[in-house]
Amino acid sequence: MLEIKNLHAKVDGNEILRGVNLTVKPGEIHAIMGPNGSGKSTLSYVLSGKEDYEITEGSITYNGEDMLELGPDERAAAGMFLAFQYPIEIPGVATMTFLKTALNAQRKARGLEEMPTPEFMKLVREKAADLNVTPEMLRRPLNVGFSGGEKKRAEILQMSLLEPTLCILDETDSGLDIDALRIVSEGVNKLRSPERSMIVITHYQRLLDHIVPDVVHVLSKGRIVKTGGKELALELEKNGYADFVDEKAA
Amino acid sequence: MNAEARVQGTQAEQGLIEQFAALKASGESSADILAVREKAFGAFEAAGLPHRRVEDWHYTDLRSKMRTAFPIKEAKSGGVLNIERLNACVFTLENGRLNEALSSFGDLEQGVIVRPMSKALAAQTPEAFGTVATQDDALVNLNTAFMQDGLAIRVKDGVKLTKPIHIIHINSEGESASYPRNLVEIGEGAEAVIVERYVGDNDAAYQINALSEIKVADKGSLIWVKLQQDGEQAQHIGSTAVHLGEEVEFDHFTLNTGSQLSRSQVFVACAGENSKIGCRGVSMLSGKQHSDITLLVDHAVQACESREFYKSVVDDNAHSVFQGKIIVAPHAQKTDGQMMVQSLVLTDDAQVSVKPELEIFADDVQCAHGSTTGDIDEDLLFYLRARGIPEAQARQMLIIAFLSEVIEEIDNERVVTLLEDLVKEWLEAKKG
Repeated sequence: MLEIKNLHAKVDGNEILRGVNLTVKPGEIHAIMGPNGSGKSTLSYVLSGKEDYEITEGSITYNGEDMLELGPDERAAAGMFLAFQYPIEIPGVATMTFLKTALNAQRKARGLEEMPTPEFMKLVREKAADLNVTPEMLRRPLNVGFSGGEKKRAEILQMSLLEPTLCILDETDSGLDIDALRIVSEGVNKLRSPERSMIVITHYQRLLDHIVPDVVHVLSKGRIVKTGGKELALELEKNGYADFVDEKAA
Repeated sequence: MNAEARVQGTQAEQGLIEQFAALKASGESSADILAVREKAFGAFEAAGLPHRRVEDWHYTDLRSKMRTAFPIKEAKSGGVLNIERLNACVFTLENGRLNEALSSFGDLEQGVIVRPMSKALAAQTPEAFGTVATQDDALVNLNTAFMQDGLAIRVKDGVKLTKPIHIIHINSEGESASYPRNLVEIGEGAEAVIVERYVGDNDAAYQINALSEIKVADKGSLIWVKLQQDGEQAQHIGSTAVHLGEEVEFDHFTLNTGSQLSRSQVFVACAGENSKIGCRGVSMLSGKQHSDITLLVDHAVQACESREFYKSVVDDNAHSVFQGKIIVAPHAQKTDGQMMVQSLVLTDDAQVSVKPELEIFADDVQCAHGSTTGDIDEDLLFYLRARGIPEAQARQMLIIAFLSEVIEEIDNERVVTLLEDLVKEWLEAKKG
């Protein structure tokens, strides 16, 4: 279970998160929606341990463990996974090598043996085929020359291989056409399980047609200002975020 | 330079003068060779050891860095340092002298002739000797004055060697100097891969000044790999002078990890049209190492293409120097020369000096140079760590990835694998 309490975070001296409270139980899917600049991506980076942010107040615990004490790799080993909004290109690191290194590093951190190469290859091929990730893409350097859609599919492939217990999807729908959105969503839905939680960050309702959330939150100016069921997303789609922005301004 | 009044030499210069007098007095050289030595030493003596006011040596002040000139001490090293995975014909020089027992003359393929340089010079000076390294360079002159031994290699016209030739230089004697000298001739349409490796005892402070003259005839192809892995206290000077005919494919690669002080000079002269030249290298430096790669590619004729691509990883207090010059002669139209230098600086105290230069006298050419210097990209590091890869391992992966970009441009799988393994070994050793 993830518990965020009164989380405040600054970047370059500007306070972006101003007291976020959020509890995500195993098996739940929470959507976080909000206008540009509301702090959605910051929240995802702060959760996964990016160093550019200064946490001034509050706490993040996951399964009882203080996440703020851990580096990004240790949080990953604890079961967290961030699907990046803009997956970065890493020239010189073959996708397959990267996947194997990441998987074995996490296994090592959890006290497991390395996965034998033949078993690993079989696993990757199966999962890659489901997500329409070609063997050619796996041979290329990580994300280099991948289209926007290919990058997002590669992210979901990583997620399905690493089998995290908390998935954070940061605007996974951005840059995707309808077909790619369907493939990615199917990949995500396959990973739904009673043990696995997800935080789905998005601007738009359309992703939530495919990945149906249990809870929807509205983030505005660094705080969660409204929480509701999936119908809240529909309401936002119709009326926009103006209500919330004004409400805060008032 | 000749007009400069040199009142008194440094201790090192004085030592060299005495050593040269002793070499002359020994009577070991034939009259012809002695004349060659004397001419070279005269040129060296006139200019002395290069210092920071000599433009080409601005970043590597040899006069102040080389306090003493050690004498030649020929001795057996007891070392066998073959790289099995190269599956090559091996030749071993110990403290500058060829050890025939550690050299596989018997394994040579048909169509290649290899002779000890000392014997070649004693018999009859090979025609091409001294015709390639024509630079008036202090260290080239010093090598010619003191040269001991090495290999004279000739690959006959049309012969394509299937096995690489591997020349190993081992230095084991403290306070010694060695002066290996090679001459390599690749015949018309012939093909070869030659790997020269410099290694030595980490406890021995030695100086090495090596020179290889390389001639590639029309339509010939040569991959030349230099592995500079000399001992921790070594001072390494290595010069490679190259003369290329028409439609030649020539690739030179320097892997630089050894020595306290090193300077690797590469001089390439394009004398025939439509040749393709690749000069590449990686330097991995730590501690207080100072390493200088100085490159000159002379496009004297038209329609040649050259790629110059060097990368360095500089840790601790190390200093990496790169000087690269592409000259395009007035009539050398349609020249294509692209130079890129990239450095990864891992600490605040590490230093990089880069001087790329283009001297273009023709008007219809494509030439460019670029240079980047920076630390490991934090965003890349975060991405890898967010996938569970610990920081130290992630940094290693990114360093390997950075260097692999140059290494993978070599069109020879065996060489690529060897170089990538050496990069990993360096990283592992640094970690420990």
